[in-house]
Amino acid sequence: MTDAAATTLSDILPVMLPLAWAAILALGVFLYVVLGGYDLGLGALFPIAPSDKDRDAMMGSVAPFWDGNETWLVLGGGGLLAAFPLAYSVMLPALYLPIILMLIGLILRGVAFEFRFKSEKSRWMWDAAFAGGSLLAALMQGAIIGAFVQGFAVTDNKFSGGPFDWITPFSATTAIAVLSGYVLLSACWLIMKGDEALRDWAYGIARYALIAVAVFIAIFSLWTPIMHPEIAARWFTPGHMVMLSPVPVMTAAAIATLWITLNKRYRYAPFLLAIGIFILCYTGLGVSLFPYIIPPDITIWQAAAAPKSQLFMLYGAIPILPIILAYTAYSYYVFWDATEHDAYH
Amino acid sequence: MPELDPLLLSRIQFAFTISFHILFPSFTIGLAAWLVVLEALWLKTGKDIYFRIAQQWTKIFAVSFGMGVVSGVVLSYEFGTNWSELSRRGGNVIGPLMAYEVLTAFFLEAGFLGIMLFGWKRVPKWVHFFASCMVAFGTLLSAFWILSANSFMQTPAGYTVDAGGVLHVADWWQAIFSPSFPYRFAHMVAAAYLTTAFIVAGIGAWYILRAKSVPEGRVMLGMGLSLLVWLAPLQILLGDLHGLNALHYQPAKVAALEAHWETGKDVPLILFAIPDPKAETNRYQVEVPHLGSLILTHEWDGEVKGLKDFKPEDRPDPIIPFFAFRLMVGIGLIMVAVGIAGAVLWLTGRLFESRWFLRTLTWVSPLGFLAVLAGWFTAEVGRQPWTVYGILRTADAVSPVPGGSVLASVILFVLVYGIVFGAGLYYIIKLVQRGPEEAPPAPEEADLSHRPMAAAGNP
Repeated sequence: MTDAAATTLSDILPVMLPLAWAAILALGVFLYVVLGGYDLGLGALFPIAPSDKDRDAMMGSVAPFWDGNETWLVLGGGGLLAAFPLAYSVMLPALYLPIILMLIGLILRGVAFEFRFKSEKSRWMWDAAFAGGSLLAALMQGAIIGAFVQGFAVTDNKFSGGPFDWITPFSATTAIAVLSGYVLLSACWLIMKGDEALRDWAYGIARYALIAVAVFIAIFSLWTPIMHPEIAARWFTPGHMVMLSPVPVMTAAAIATLWITLNKRYRYAPFLLAIGIFILCYTGLGVSLFPYIIPPDITIWQAAAAPKSQLFMLYGAIPILPIILAYTAYSYYVFWDATEHDAYH
Repeated sequence: MPELDPLLLSRIQFAFTISFHILFPSFTIGLAAWLVVLEALWLKTGKDIYFRIAQQWTKIFAVSFGMGVVSGVVLSYEFGTNWSELSRRGGNVIGPLMAYEVLTAFFLEAGFLGIMLFGWKRVPKWVHFFASCMVAFGTLLSAFWILSANSFMQTPAGYTVDAGGVLHVADWWQAIFSPSFPYRFAHMVAAAYLTTAFIVAGIGAWYILRAKSVPEGRVMLGMGLSLLVWLAPLQILLGDLHGLNALHYQPAKVAALEAHWETGKDVPLILFAIPDPKAETNRYQVEVPHLGSLILTHEWDGEVKGLKDFKPEDRPDPIIPFFAFRLMVGIGLIMVAVGIAGAVLWLTGRLFESRWFLRTLTWVSPLGFLAVLAGWFTAEVGRQPWTVYGILRTADAVSPVPGGSVLASVILFVLVYGIVFGAGLYYIIKLVQRGPEEAPPAPEEADLSHRPMAAAGNP
């Protein structure tokens, strides 16, 4: 027997399980960013929509999906507590105020969905709640990502910073960047779902949003490595540079292609390309941060729950997650034409 | 200016947000099961009246379910924002229990809620019935995991603690089915069914009183009473068993909710008193001799531990548990009385004509919600000063967050919940007032939608 063959399961599990759970959570958060993203972006666009009829169509197009979309956020929170309790216990106190504000925003916009269709005299109030809540949630999510990339003050495995540490020029910029990304997604969503007048308007919005997104991607590609020398080392070491070059090259290509499809007034390509840009940015972020879950102090292995706990959950997650994914896909399939039909009325 | 205490403020915030939340699951667990029964009756008898009632209450269910979801999301984040040390040290145990709630219960509910709310005309009857069963099962499964996590924190079992104070699971079976879990689960599910039965009976009585939707009102009153008459006494039995369990595992909690200071045999039952924790005694005490020992230990001279047996830093303040417990038991006795009176009137054929009874029932029928809150206040304040009993103190579980932040979030939650849930309650009341007869056919947009509350249609 060689040494390698003698490696037992109990040696492999503590290494592999955190990787598996990091992958599951990364997938869950990504699904939320895309699904919740177009969904929140609609709220941000709500006040400047051309007409009340368009506002009805915008809400109608996302109404069947919004609570399903939000379930991924619950999975993200619950999954982080279960799989990486140390990361959860550092991150949430550090982000206390933005998380509370995000939750408030989500409550306001969530119930606005339901009450708006039933109210007449108070409709303006639920319109405001929907737009304001969506905007607040989107900005806070952007600020949270920014603060997360910057890192938190940690002493003895506890957050040791102040309540406003998360407010920095960097996080303010990520807040606006994420909002413009969400607006891009939702404009592309409306290009698929809207009637002709709404589509015309959405093509215009998508162009502005794409310019903003391209500028922000350029800014962060420089700002992040300057802020963290380790990230600079990861991307700009000669060997890495070649290996990782597909990420920036493909991002640039996706942005250019999206611009062209917008000019040629494609219906479905823009949304797929916008998702592609999100995937590439997300991958870039992953490359920059891996294997840290609280950069730059705590790795996924340090933050991981006990192998016994992670394994116990994996038994459930492996059969159940594909079923949830299948259901989500099925629900989009079933309600696809229905909402499009709605928008034509 | 005194320092704002993040511990006290976090406790206030958690108590406020979870109290609001628990009202909705209490209602939806019961309603989901009742809707299954109604639909089964409709399928079996073919009588239209069951279908009409089910349609009306599905709309009320939808609004309630939506508000339960929205307020529940907040709680899943508060474990980190406000109780990060609990998350760090207890995450290995409570994390997976809560993750399983998301994976199993959320999935079942999300998967079948759409069909249940909007699928009446879109799928075969048996598929719709199956969906209703799955949603009801999902609400129970959700309660199972959450109460399992809560019970572990009340009566921990199947765990080890490492040198850093972090909990590890030694045996999942023992941790999930901790000693208080079977009693807590039975007591809470029965409470949800009772609360729902009581309010359904009350609304049925109100329909009869105002001479509108009378046939439906009779069905609601009859079904509500049929459950109430045996479940209310059974609930008192379940509560008694739960109490015996608490006496064994959490004697300080029982001493607090009975306001017993001295350990003794043959202790009295204190009917009323104002506990004075500073002087370690009760003021204005009204008592019945012997009865305390008899109720708590089921023996005439059973020994009951008093609060003074526990160091001051290891015992709860008895004021809230003492009064909350009495409130809960009092409402339980009202339910038993109403159930018996209703059954007697029914058997003697006077139920639907006894306006005094119908009026009383209408007024007392929302009390179940108060009993649920009182019960949780008894359980949660009574287990202080511990978050994980005997292992992690509440004072050590709190996040390193300044009091000012928590004060800001408390104010925000009070304001937003006030507006949002005020609107939701107003909407439910409108649905009840409209009654099952006048319910218009579901609008087209609702047919095409998955939104929980869209099923409620237009007012």
